[in-house]
Amino acid sequence: MVTPKFVKFDTLSLHAGQQADPTTGARAVPIYQTTSYMFDDTDHAAAMYNLERPGHIYTRLTNPTVAVLEERVAALEGGVGAIATASGMAAIFLAIATLMNKGGHIVASGSLYGGTHNLFSFTLPRFGIDTTFVNVRDPEAFRKAITPETKLVFGETLGNPGIEVMDIPAIADIAHEAGLPLMIDATFTTPYLMKIFDHGADIAMHSLTKFLGGHGIAIGGVIVDSGKFDWQASGKFPNLTEPYPGYHDLNFADEFGTQALLTRMRAEGMMNFGACMSPANAFHILQGIETLPLRMQKHVSNAQEVAEFLEGSDEVEWVNYPGLKSHTDYELGQRLLPKGCGSILSFGLKGGRAAGKKFIESVKLASHLANIGDAKTLVIHPASTTHQQMTPEALQSAGIGEGMVRLSVGLEDSGDIIADLKQAMRASQKV
Amino acid sequence: MDFTVDGLKTHVATGGREAQEGEPVVILIHGAGMDRTVWQYQNRNIAYRGRRVLAVDLPGHGRSEGTPPNTIAGMADWITRFMDAAGVTQAILIGHSMGALIALDAAGRFPERVEKLVLMGVAETMPVHPDLLAAAEANQPLAPELIVFWGVGERSQIGGHPNPGFCVQGASEALLKISPDDMIANDLAACNEYSDGVESAKKVKCPTLFVLARDDKMTPPKKGLALAENITDARSVVIEESGHMMMAETPNQVFDALKGFVF
Repeated sequence: MVTPKFVKFDTLSLHAGQQADPTTGARAVPIYQTTSYMFDDTDHAAAMYNLERPGHIYTRLTNPTVAVLEERVAALEGGVGAIATASGMAAIFLAIATLMNKGGHIVASGSLYGGTHNLFSFTLPRFGIDTTFVNVRDPEAFRKAITPETKLVFGETLGNPGIEVMDIPAIADIAHEAGLPLMIDATFTTPYLMKIFDHGADIAMHSLTKFLGGHGIAIGGVIVDSGKFDWQASGKFPNLTEPYPGYHDLNFADEFGTQALLTRMRAEGMMNFGACMSPANAFHILQGIETLPLRMQKHVSNAQEVAEFLEGSDEVEWVNYPGLKSHTDYELGQRLLPKGCGSILSFGLKGGRAAGKKFIESVKLASHLANIGDAKTLVIHPASTTHQQMTPEALQSAGIGEGMVRLSVGLEDSGDIIADLKQAMRASQKV
Repeated sequence: MDFTVDGLKTHVATGGREAQEGEPVVILIHGAGMDRTVWQYQNRNIAYRGRRVLAVDLPGHGRSEGTPPNTIAGMADWITRFMDAAGVTQAILIGHSMGALIALDAAGRFPERVEKLVLMGVAETMPVHPDLLAAAEANQPLAPELIVFWGVGERSQIGGHPNPGFCVQGASEALLKISPDDMIANDLAACNEYSDGVESAKKVKCPTLFVLARDDKMTPPKKGLALAENITDARSVVIEESGHMMMAETPNQVFDALKGFVF
């Protein structure tokens, strides 16, 4: 039996989306630091503006450096294409504002990044888009929350900061039975740890700032479309299946098929919302993606060691890491994330809020800051920072206790990380 | 836009432009297991150059109802019935891969209906690997994966597409994987069994353009060029940096090839 010999993930991480520069021979992806691009003639210009011919017009819409990044992430995810944005939050907003209008409704996991929770809870309702949050561990709750106005089911591969493993295959089935797409924030896992389209998700979103970049030096986001959701058959997405006056009544699904969502996001969303990525940031993130497979292997092995250390420590009341057998989602994690359950974990110290505060102020190697997925180990206290805007009820629903510490395990020597945590834990018990 | 052919809905993409009375008609015919959207980089630039574009979904494909004919000749017959339904007496036929065989067969048997012919990714015969046929008959994911592996050129499998953010390999695979069960098998069997390519070519009376690709593993350019030898008024373009999926892989080179012949 013949089998296709496609270029593999590690190779795509280094090469996808780029041909060496034909003019200069430059092997690295050049930074095309330009706002705009010369047209061949007036016909060429008109054709590009009219979505007849591909190419670059203006960097708010597209840029050659950003395009390499987009195509690379699309290739790693196995999607039909991608659009990079100024940040992960810009990516989420771009997708939602393209998919739905006033009156739209989202069913979302209650265990989301605080910024996303805030967008869904307070900002989108001002534009007539409401969200029902449900327990991510209860797939049937997603089904029950779907209404005739629902346009999207949304969740994260691993919850934030409870590290719940989302049962994407089960929830995808529920979404599809209702004629809805499933959009997943896969930032915590990256396509290296999980190819979410293989499990039934339709749209992927990443904060590129995190593991894909990996260095903590550039902000960015991306939307990748699997191209498999049938907008026409669903009948719930007039923005894609009915004439759009902004382009002479163009019907995106009719003309572009699997590219309908991305084409409309680019033609309308990038044009009108303007949250584009800078070419320099795209360059930095591309440098990170080149080593993504190697880094993720080290991230998950370090995280497993740290989690096991924490679980065996007297100062620790509980540890949330799906790679531990004690975690509620251990079995699901083994099934969906066989390469590892990411490198974010949360834990509770004996002594509650005061002990948590002392711990964070006592770490020396780990950095106290608002990020995850850096090559360096990071710590934060979610209740007072990333999830500060949530109500006590929402915090409880998302499983965020006052004493919870979130740890993003980096690439340092695992013994050094553990030694730092150990001395900070000792200090935390002396308050 | 929908038409009724044989009592069934037939869907076409028009490039998003309402054609004017009297404009030349261009009918675009997709390949095996695909649909009208394979022409997404061509439809609009043909339509906005004063042509009436009808990029068809063959029966059972895309948004068209019905069951596809199981022979190339049957599909060519269907094209003439589609032309009747659309009120088209004569048209420029553009076909890719299986669609090219359909266009060729139609031009050979119904020369009065074909003003010009564009054959893309075509060969005298299109034998299909038995493992691919078997995988398609079993509706296994291996079938679309093999088609993409052989159909997308090596350069495009790495990328660097002129449409920013577009991934040819992923897009081709997604399109094939949303194809209804048995569609790929039906189409591949029709290609595999078609042996009238040379005879059809000898009957073609209209100007014909061959658009071939250097890295085409499914219909290598030398086989397309050999077929062209049988047509009196034939010209050929070989795109250097593309595989079989040239419309998606190298849309600018395809635009240049069509310019001056179709618009």
